[in-house]
Formats: sequence, C-alpha cells, structure tokens
Amino acid sequence: MRRDSYHIQDHSAESNLFAQRAVISLFFIGSLMLLLIGNLFYLQISSYNSYQTRSNENRIKVQPIQPNRGVIKDINGKILAGNEPTFSLEIIPEQIADMDKTLAEIGEIIQISDEQIEVFKRAIKYRRRFKGMPLKSKLTDKEVALFSVHQHRFSGVSIEARLARHYPFGDYFTHGVGYVGKINKKDLQRLDDTGQLKNYAATRSIGKIGIERYYESQLHGITGSQEVEVNHRSRVLRQLSVTSPITGTDLHLAIDVDLQIKAKEIMGDNMGAIIAMDSRDGALLTFYSNPTYDPNLFVNGISQNEYSKIIGSKDKPMLNRVTQGQYPPASTIKPQLALLALDKGLITKDTTIWDPGYWRIPNIEVQRRFRDWKPQGHGHVDLLTSIKQSCDIFYYDLAYRLGIDNISEFGSKFGFGDYTGVDVFEESTAIMPSRAWKKARFKEVWYKGDTISIGIGQGYWTATPVQLAMSTAILVNRGKIVEPRLVTGITKNGVYQATATKHRNPIVLKNDKHWDIILDAMYQTVTASDGTARKAFEDAVYSSAGKTGTAQLFGLDEDEEYNVEDVAERYRDNAMYVGFAPYESPSIVIVVALENAGGGGSHAAPIARKILDLYFGLGLAGKRDLTNTIPPVDTNNDNG
Amino acid sequence: MTMVKTENERRRSSMWFRFHVDVPLMLAILTLMLLSVFVVYSAGGQNINMAIRQMFRLGLGLGVLLIVAQISPFFYQRWAPHIFVVGVILLISVLLFGDMGKGAQRWLNLGITKFQPSEIMKLSLPMMMAWFLSKYTLPPSTKNTFFSFCIIAIPTLLIAKQPDLGTSLLVASSGFFALFLAGLRFRILFGLIAMFAAFLPILWFYLMHPYQKQRVLTFLNPESDPLGSGYHIIQSKIAIGSGGFQGKGWLQGTQSQLEFLPERHTDFIFSVFSEEFGFIGVLLLLAVYAFIIMRGTVIAIRAQEGFTKILAGSLTLTFFVYLFVNIGMVSGLMPVVGVPLPLVSYGGTSIVTLMASFGILMAIATNKRLLAA
Repeated sequence: MRRDSYHIQDHSAESNLFAQRAVISLFFIGSLMLLLIGNLFYLQISSYNSYQTRSNENRIKVQPIQPNRGVIKDINGKILAGNEPTFSLEIIPEQIADMDKTLAEIGEIIQISDEQIEVFKRAIKYRRRFKGMPLKSKLTDKEVALFSVHQHRFSGVSIEARLARHYPFGDYFTHGVGYVGKINKKDLQRLDDTGQLKNYAATRSIGKIGIERYYESQLHGITGSQEVEVNHRSRVLRQLSVTSPITGTDLHLAIDVDLQIKAKEIMGDNMGAIIAMDSRDGALLTFYSNPTYDPNLFVNGISQNEYSKIIGSKDKPMLNRVTQGQYPPASTIKPQLALLALDKGLITKDTTIWDPGYWRIPNIEVQRRFRDWKPQGHGHVDLLTSIKQSCDIFYYDLAYRLGIDNISEFGSKFGFGDYTGVDVFEESTAIMPSRAWKKARFKEVWYKGDTISIGIGQGYWTATPVQLAMSTAILVNRGKIVEPRLVTGITKNGVYQATATKHRNPIVLKNDKHWDIILDAMYQTVTASDGTARKAFEDAVYSSAGKTGTAQLFGLDEDEEYNVEDVAERYRDNAMYVGFAPYESPSIVIVVALENAGGGGSHAAPIARKILDLYFGLGLAGKRDLTNTIPPVDTNNDNG
Repeated sequence: MTMVKTENERRRSSMWFRFHVDVPLMLAILTLMLLSVFVVYSAGGQNINMAIRQMFRLGLGLGVLLIVAQISPFFYQRWAPHIFVVGVILLISVLLFGDMGKGAQRWLNLGITKFQPSEIMKLSLPMMMAWFLSKYTLPPSTKNTFFSFCIIAIPTLLIAKQPDLGTSLLVASSGFFALFLAGLRFRILFGLIAMFAAFLPILWFYLMHPYQKQRVLTFLNPESDPLGSGYHIIQSKIAIGSGGFQGKGWLQGTQSQLEFLPERHTDFIFSVFSEEFGFIGVLLLLAVYAFIIMRGTVIAIRAQEGFTKILAGSLTLTFFVYLFVNIGMVSGLMPVVGVPLPLVSYGGTSIVTLMASFGILMAIATNKRLLAA
C-alpha cells in the first residue's frame, strides 16, 4: 500500500517530534479549556445573582390593574354614574407599521365610521406611549366575534373588555355629576405634579368636570398589579401573583332623581338654573342647568362634529348656570340690604319713605332720575312693603345711605363675590362690587351713582344661583352659614359614612329680632294679597316665603359678543326667585334663575312653586334624616 | 476496502476491534448523542418531532461513522490529492452556480439533494495536508511549509468568499494544525503570528463584510445595542448566568422556553444546556469533550504512520476548535461565528461530517500496520 515515492525517514525521530507537538497542543487545549471554564464560572457562579435578576426581568412583567371607579348615586340609591361592561377595539399605535392601512383593513371587517377614525387619530396625539387607544367602543357581540376570527392578522390591535363609565340618565345630571373623558396630556401633567401618575397606570379615563372631577381621587380607587410571565413577544403566559385593586369610593348625593327630572321638564326651553338646597346642611336636592347635553358623548372621546355642536351653540350648554351663571341678583337681595340697614340703625321696622316713582341723588347738580319698576310709585312705603312689593325707591335710598363699603362688606358675609365651596370646580365668584374691585377692574374710582343701582341688585353686582341659595339659607338659618354641597355621604369598603357639613363663622346681628322682621317680610311676599309672589303660591298646601327679582341684561357674560339677531330676545328681563319652605321650620331653599324670561313674580316664582309642590308632594320633605350627620367642619380658613 | 493484519493479537481478538470501533471514543460519542436528543427537545420548544428528526440524523451519522471506520486510512492517503482537487472544484462551482441561503452561497443543488462542499473540505484538507507533509521528512522544509500554506489558503479563501466565516475558520485551522503537528518551526510560527497581526487592519478594512464587522463590534461591546445585534449575546449570557450552579432543570429554562434566546436549537444550544443544567452540568459536558479530545490525541500518537498521525491529530484538534469557538461565542469570549456545538446542536450536515471524522479516527485506531519497531 505504501507509496514507492516515500523517502527513507527516521521513524522514531518523527514520532518523538509528533508526540512533542501533540503534548504542546494538549497543553494549549487545556489552557483554553480552563479559560472557558473560568468564564463560565464567572457567569454562572460569580455573576449568578445579576443574571438571575436579568432573566426574571425578561420574563416577569408587572402589569397594573385598573380599579373599578366608584359609582355616584342619588338619595334613593339610583345610579347617576355607573360602570358598564363593554368591549372596545383598541390599538397600540407603536405596534402598527402603517396605521392607515391597518384602519382600512379593520374597516373591512367591522364598520368604522370616519368620525371614529378622526376621534381616534386626534386622541393618539395626546395619549401615553405604548397605551392602547380605543378605535371603536361598545362593540356588539357580532362585531366581537367577527374581529376575533381575524385577530391573528392584526398585531397591536385587540378587543378589550372594560368597564366603561355610563350615565344612565343622560343629560339630566351633566352639570352636577359631570363626566369622565380620556386622560389627555394636561391631565397627565396634573397627575404627575401631584404624584398620582403611578396610580393611573392602567386608567384610561379621568373626571373632567362636576363631581367626577372634584372627587376624582376618591372615585378612582387604588390600582392593583399582577406579576405575569411573558414570552419574548411579551405575550402573557400565566399569572404569577396579584395584588387586587381597591375599588373607588361610592358617592351619595342628596339629589332626587324624580325631582331633577321634573325640574328639567318644568324648565322646558327656558335657559337658566334651578337649585334646591336643604337649608339645614347645605345638601343640594336639585341642581339643574338648562340647556344641557349628554355626558355619555364624552366618555369614549367626542367627535369634532358633536363637540362643535355643543361648544358652538349660542345657548352655551356647557356653561354650568347653577355655579357659573353670573346674573344680576336683582331684587332678590333686598332682604339682605334691609337687614343691613336695620342692623346699622338706619331704619326701623316702621320707617317709611315716600315713593313718587323715581328717586334722585340728593344735593347733586346732575339730576338723573332712578326709576321704580312701578312708574306711578308705591306712595308711602315701609320695610315690609318694600320687600313684599319690591319697591326700588326704598332701596335706592338705603343704598345711598349705606354706602358701597357697608354693602360690599355685608354682601361678602352672605357669600357674594366669593366661591361658595360647592363641590364642583366649575364655579364663578361673580362680582360683589367694591371700591377696590372697581379700581382693579376699570382703574376708576367709585362714584356715588354706582351705589344706587347696587341697591336693587343690579349695576356691577352679579351673583350665581348657588350664591343666592347660600345667602337665602343664611337668612333662613338666622346667620348660621352652611356651604352648599352635592355629596352628602360616601361608601368606602362597603361602609356608608355621611360627610361633614362645611360651616363658616356665623353672621351675628346686634338684635336677633331683625332676622324675624326680614323673614316675615319674605313670608308676606308669598302670602300677602299684595305680595309679588302671592299669585304663584296661591293655594299652596305648605307655607313658604320668598323674594322675586327681575333684572335687565344683554347676556350672561361681560365679554359676550353683541349679536344683532339676538338682541330682541336678549333684551328681555331675567326672572329670579329665591324662596324657602316650610316657613315655620324651613328645610328647603329654592332658587330659580331664568334668562330673558320676563318678570320674577310671573315667571320664576311659578317654577319654584312647582318644584316645592313636588318636594312636599313626593314626600321628600321628611326624607332626609339629619340626626346622624357628622359634626360640621369649620372652613373659615379655606373657603375659596 | 482492505483488511490489514495488525501486530496486536490480543486486541485483534476483540469483536469491537474487528469492526473498527474504538470503544472509549464510541462511548463518549454516544453520551453526547443521547444528551443532544434531550437538549434539542428542550430547546425546540418541547417539540417531539424535532427530537425525533435529531435522532434520525444522529443515527445516520452513526451509520456514516461505522462505514467510514471500515475504510483503511491508506485508501484516503492514496486518494487525498484527488479528493482535494474535486473539493476545490466543487467550491468553485458553488460560487458560480450555488444556491443562496441566508445571504450566503453555500449550497450546491444536485437535483435530488443539496449539500455544502465546504463540509467535504473539513475532511479533505486535513487529508491533503497529511498526505503532502508525510511525503517528506518531518519537520517540513521552509519550501514545503510555504506550499502547505498555499494548500490551506485555496479552500479557506473560497469558503470565506461564500461567505462562511465559521467554516473557513475551521478548515483553515485543520490545515494549520496538521502543519503544526508535523513540526512547523516555531520561528515560522511566531513570524506568522506577527504577520497576521499586521494583516488584521487589511482584513478589517478591505476583506470583511459589514455584517462580519458588526459581529466583531457587537462582541466587543454587546450592551451597546441590546435590542439589535447585541441581543443574541446578551440573552445568551443571561441564559448561561441564570443557570447558576445547579441549573433551572431540564425543560425549566425560562430564557429558552420563553424564547428570549435566539437560535436555541442550533448555535446557541450550549446556552440552553447551561441554563437548564447549570455549572455542574457544564463541567460534566466539558469533561466528555475533553475525554474525546484526549482519546483522539492518544490515537494520533499511537498511529504508526506520519499520514495517520497528522490526520488523526488534525481532526482531533479541529474538533476542539469547534468546541472552543462555539462555547466561546455563546459565553461572550468570542465574536458570534456560526459554529454549532459539535454533536449536540440540531442540524444535519455538521453532524454527518463530524461523525465521518470520528469514523476516520476509529479506522486509524484499528488499522495498524506491522512495522519493525
């Protein structure tokens, strides 16, 4: 076999050489083996903990679990804001290569409207990264089934079962209860600033207005978490551990659904507000602002079209007229002014003036006449008549003699020009004018003439219906001050707890009898044959007291545009009424404000009558048991 | 096939010896094969079909080993140059007509089957070198050393051109080991190392493909691109490291079972093994490999002829290169080079080639010529 060409070789020398080289090789291999083993020792033994951690970080992900939002209920436990299980089609934009193509492909499977696409595209600009955004909510069972069949084609698109906020009564409670909407960048910033962002890791919606916003932190609950094992595609394989979320606090209102529904019916096309409040603890029984809108539109993102319809309406449905409507209080504040004059000793119960139908500022050359609403005048007028007949001349004179400083100070004590503390953020202070206010607002000094129309609740003076309710309650309570509030109780972890009434330092008069004089005058307004509200309350089965008001204005806001087409209607008077019942032991204060409706006695008072009829007719009067109410909280240092 | 009488009657009488089976080597190989089936099953996502296919491949490899073992080493000695020339021609035709696969031209389509001619070269070059070197007195003269390098360079460059860095590295080292075992002078060896160092910049700037450069860069700092090219090596190190001393247990490796580890059943199977069997498992596995290498070295030293000594030594050392490059790569000691873990990784061609080389080793171990000594 051996080739002939082989040279004669020194076989043993060659063998030795080879053996030597083989041994060198083995040494070499041995040292490389030790290198490998050393490195593996370093990885598996020395660095074990670090790699163990990184391995777990790979496979274990902590996912937040959204807590169920607390529900909002009326006095009878009817749900005003609840949670409804829904299926929504959600997209994580970061996982989509070609969004338009994906949307088109989804559109072939289930119907997606242009509006939904538009809302979706707008929403993804303002959302958190790597969070799913609903494209279509409230999928039908059929749509869920249809999409599920095609699920495999769409990575980054999924059907999510969620609890969505639902307002079963639609637009009846919008301004009080408010609504939730998707969390936007501004909300995120706020959450971040207040250190709550972590608790919102799984949350899509947040309270935007009303109670939903005011009590957001209580309604929301505490986010839970689960540890899950995922594979390299982040697909969840199994749950390793779970910390359950804690459901948000339920809120209970004193508002009665039936009364509120009637209030809306009674308001009809009138713009304005109806507010009924328990004078004893400030609990709001009716809180209605007209016109209104459906809060459900906002829950899943409102389309531009729908939003324009609401925001563009000249009737301003989004304005919360209860707390933001700034109306001249008109004659409704005459009782307070009379009270101030009594207490200052400027008048007594029996002081009379002569009303020829007009009034002039004494000792002044420019003789402008301030007119009474009754052109021929009321003749001899005392305090009682001045209120029940709403005599303007009496109050021009009083205002002139009191001066703006006294009026302003007293008005402020009654809550004018300041927040009432009602539990919605959408509140306006309106204006309790003063020298300082005019200086700041117009850079002008206060003229005596400015004070005169203040006397009849006009001029610079404006008030919100909720302020009127509060100030009326102060009269009713003889100086005791309770702040109005919507929420009267909470249920936390299954335990009901009444919430405290918020009190302020009471108004103390030199003579407590003065309260009686004023309240009696208001009673006479309703009951006396010449009372301005007598007709409206004819044959009422309960006793009540009140004060009418009629004010002229162009619009609600100082900065509202002058619109020629609207002038005719907008020139009409605002009708106001404040009242309380029963007269002997008051439990309810009512305020009605109607824009451009006409006279307070003829338009606002009848509406107040209807509400009070229902209040007593439905047996709501005895419903609220206040014996278990929590001791009041003094809020003198944080009103505003 | 030629049966040659040996001088050792006692060993001849052994049945294994008669069938050209080296028992210690065979036991070590069978151990690895058995291990392979279990690790492939785990790495393949507990896919029983994959484990079965691997068993078939291993069985096929075993058959090839037994057949090759029956062939006398001198048959290869006689035909070494011819096989080499055919191999080179095949490599050239791959470059001209080969099929593309994963961005490289490695496969030759023969109609009924595809195969990689570079695999043949893994065996053919050591034979060629052993043939060439053993024709002359050892150690080789400077002239013959130069010729040797030419012989090594031809297939190495052709394979590198495909491009298949891993195989060309293996082929080149098999040739180089033959030269080293034949007594390559240290003067030349160190000179070459110096030259290679000087050659590196040229390799980097002119010869390496961008993806190859990327691998080197990633190797130097894998954390610089954890989601991109560094992903493989980071995940592999996490798998190995998190195995700890005892390992997570068979089928319990989260890195592999949850598919964080790429190329689990092929190049990165060692990571799967390390994760599930830990440092203790790794030591045992390396012990088996070390045993195979020692046994191969013993066979080489015992071989009577220059040709068989050099061939057996070269094949054994190349086997170590496989091992070192693969483990070094998955544990972050070396850049990622596509070299499977010998006899364990899932994959047909490399198993068959490796088994054939073990067949040659066994043929050498059991075919001893009667020599005056």
